Amino acid sequence: MPALQALQQRLFGWRDDGLAPVRLDRRRIFILPSRSGLLFALTLVVMLLAAINYNLALGHALVFLLAGLGLVGMVHSFRNLHGLRIAPGHCRPVFAGDTAEFTLLIENDRPASRHGLVFQAEPGRSTTTAVGAREQIRVGIPVSAPQRGWLPLPRVVLSTRYPLGLFTAWSYLQPGMRCLVYPAPLFEPLPAGAPSAEGSGSAGGQEDFAGFRQRQASDSLRHVAWKASARDDASRPLLVKQFAGGSDSRLELAWSATDPALDDETRLSIMTGWVLAATAEQQSFSLRLPDRLIADGSGSAHGERCLEALALFRP
Amino acid sequence: MSSTREQLLRREQPPWLFAAALATTLPHVLQQPWWLSLFGGLLFAMAAWLWYEDRRLPGRWLMLLLAVAGILSILAEFRSLLGREAGVATLVLFMAMKLLEMRSHRDAMVVILLGYFLLLTHYFHSQDIPTGLWLLFAMWIVTAAQIRLHAATLSPRENLQQAASLAIQAVPFMLVLYLLFPRISGPLWGLPEDAFTGRSGLSDSMAPGSIANLVQRGDIAFRVRFDEAAPARQQLYWRGPVLESFDGQTWRPSARRGGREKIVESGPRIAYETTLEPHGQRWLLALDAPVALPAGSSTDGRLTVSATRPVESRQRHRLFAAPAYLFNDDEAAASIDENLRLPSGSNPQTRSLALDWQRQAKQPLDIVARALSHFREEAFHYTLQPPLLGRDSMDDFLFRTRRGFCEHYAAAFVVLMRNAGIPARVVTGYQGGELNPRDGYLVVRQSDAHAWAEVWIAGRGWLRVDPTAAVAPERIERGIVDALPQGEPLPAFLQVRGDWLRDLRYRWEALNNAWNQHVLGYDGQRQRDFLARFGFDADWRTLAIALSLACALVLLAVCIWALRQHSRPAPALRLWHRAQRRIGVHCAPGETPLAFVTRLRATDPALADRFEPVVRHFLLARYAPQNKTSLAALAAAVNRLPRRRIA
Repeated sequence: MPALQALQQRLFGWRDDGLAPVRLDRRRIFILPSRSGLLFALTLVVMLLAAINYNLALGHALVFLLAGLGLVGMVHSFRNLHGLRIAPGHCRPVFAGDTAEFTLLIENDRPASRHGLVFQAEPGRSTTTAVGAREQIRVGIPVSAPQRGWLPLPRVVLSTRYPLGLFTAWSYLQPGMRCLVYPAPLFEPLPAGAPSAEGSGSAGGQEDFAGFRQRQASDSLRHVAWKASARDDASRPLLVKQFAGGSDSRLELAWSATDPALDDETRLSIMTGWVLAATAEQQSFSLRLPDRLIADGSGSAHGERCLEALALFRP
Repeated sequence: MSSTREQLLRREQPPWLFAAALATTLPHVLQQPWWLSLFGGLLFAMAAWLWYEDRRLPGRWLMLLLAVAGILSILAEFRSLLGREAGVATLVLFMAMKLLEMRSHRDAMVVILLGYFLLLTHYFHSQDIPTGLWLLFAMWIVTAAQIRLHAATLSPRENLQQAASLAIQAVPFMLVLYLLFPRISGPLWGLPEDAFTGRSGLSDSMAPGSIANLVQRGDIAFRVRFDEAAPARQQLYWRGPVLESFDGQTWRPSARRGGREKIVESGPRIAYETTLEPHGQRWLLALDAPVALPAGSSTDGRLTVSATRPVESRQRHRLFAAPAYLFNDDEAAASIDENLRLPSGSNPQTRSLALDWQRQAKQPLDIVARALSHFREEAFHYTLQPPLLGRDSMDDFLFRTRRGFCEHYAAAFVVLMRNAGIPARVVTGYQGGELNPRDGYLVVRQSDAHAWAEVWIAGRGWLRVDPTAAVAPERIERGIVDALPQGEPLPAFLQVRGDWLRDLRYRWEALNNAWNQHVLGYDGQRQRDFLARFGFDADWRTLAIALSLACALVLLAVCIWALRQHSRPAPALRLWHRAQRRIGVHCAPGETPLAFVTRLRATDPALADRFEPVVRHFLLARYAPQNKTSLAALAAAVNRLPRRRIA
């Protein structure tokens, strides 16, 4: 394979396209007759024989016109891809087992629309679309995401049979895109709140807001009440929010809290379920993995940070 | 590349395929048996109704039943599935049935290909200009349906436009191939028996009424172009089969092999070219008397020119005629004998009249003159609707009904001559023709079909005698329309006397003739002549090279036109990309121009200041394109940028 790829690179100047937009030129477009095209050619041969046998002058003309139509169809299939600009878009993280959708930006700067563009990254899963004249569109390319971690966009085949279906023109797209795949969540009850490992006893709980106090050096920056601090004179020391509620109710989602008898992936799935549940309940939590600690926090950004850590965790 | 999963048809696609099926089969309704049209129509209506109601297509068993029923009916009608008519009927049946099992793209492609094939079969019946135009239209519809299969997003109008555009681009290929593709003259294999039907023309026998029937058809039999001025109308006797054997009712060609022909010409020859419509017989029609025969033809001792094979397609022949000639003044005894023979005991009245004339006459030519004056002076009528004749048909005609058409007069004259001891025979063919002033071609129709007589006089050879000219001289001088009384059943268009209508007809026929001569008549010979004009030998190698080169050139031209036309990006975008190249920093994917300049500011505020106007003008030029000045402003701003920095 590497030898073949090297050859292809030499021959066609192929490479991973990276993040740069790609313009489909003649070196990137391939074209071959489709099965319908071969059938069409066979029909023309039979028609030509009939025209010769019955001495039909107009029969000859019809066969020749259809042969011309086939050739013109070939040029137009090629033209349908030629000059198309394709730039990578983005891809939203998904959970393992779901379908990732990689977005590509397709730009047609020709004052004529292009039809029947088929994008396919996986067998049996294709997206058909059209681009209007001088138009830019986004195309979502579905790729199944069976495993957590980074999912690179596999080579995308952009093909078309437009206009006559007699030829298939195609091009390989290889934008350097990847999609983050979170572990598939397993929903189990949240672990009971545990004392925070980072906790100095003075740190209040996080459930009910109880007022401000001056920040001490030991306070996490995370707890600084930035808005309240900014309201007043800048020379004042920073304020931290104080919460009522017991410090023992702080939630820590820890690797060690999962059943060690389970395999690693299941444990990660359980933790993913916890993160989702905690985020949904707008609870503040910290995440503890054997090699990493994500401090207390809440909100969707925090949740995503934790999910990313779970997705990329190597036990 | 192809996905193994079958692609199903979307809801809006079948109507296009219905239209394609209709356009390709509809003209066959005129030719095929009525029950097939009905059956096909019902299947079509069923398919359309199922689509309209969005119901499931019938199952395999019903389709099998329908197919078996259809094929059995075709077998019962044609006794075959493979003949020309039966083949077309089978294709029409397949097309109608395929509409009922049109589920996937592959089924639809079968309909498209069947449609293209059915287009070809229309040419079995006619290759004239209206057929050509209709088939262009039908092909357009089929191509539009084919495009619809591969583009769901086109509006119907765009779809039709696209089909027309592709077809127009295919025309140069068609012209090149038509001119240069090596022409092989068929047939390649044995043609089915019904390959040629519906031909009209002279037959090889003549009974009372047979020519009168033919005359009622207005079809063109052949066209003639004379090298010089056309001879006088009275000389235009186009010789067909010669009939020598008479059984009392019907005249037939003699079974005797013809002897040699001796023609002594006096005076200049007439050179001309005929374009003969197919008539399914071997004879070619030639002006009396044919000399210097074209290659591949022969005469049979009676001056009827015959080809080696029946004329099944339009043929051109170069012919010469000697208008003044002496033909077989030393005819063989067997021939003279045969041309005196009559069924014994028939037509006693005719016989006694002839014997009377023979007694009174000093020489044979006097008898001929006597017979002609008999026709001229007695109350004979020239009509297309003669009464029926009895067993002694000549007695009936000469003494009782006295109403007849050319075959009656020719037959009666020959019987009279044979009774009077003069060898005589019937010659059938055409007489006259209509000169089309538009293109100078003489058009001879079935309505010009004629029968006349030949008598053999010792020392003078065979002499042409036309008894019809004695009865109705207008027939020979001006043509059949003027010779017949009003109300005779002639084709309506022949009777049109209005000048502008006639002129319109001349124009139409001249156009058809040009089409026949130059388009349909482009055969191997014409191809060789065409290439010879450019100094090429038309062997297959030259043709192959010329064909490949010409096709490659056309393909190149189409490619350049299709690919170069709009390959440049929108001008504003081009300038925007150039601006980025110029400063050596690129806008990240998904980054807006404004975000890009903000990022730039973080690293290089000075550059960002200079880049800012580019962004402003780019946004205006790209998203408010009605403002034409912003493009120029953008170009100016890009040009003011500093050159790429050295990293």
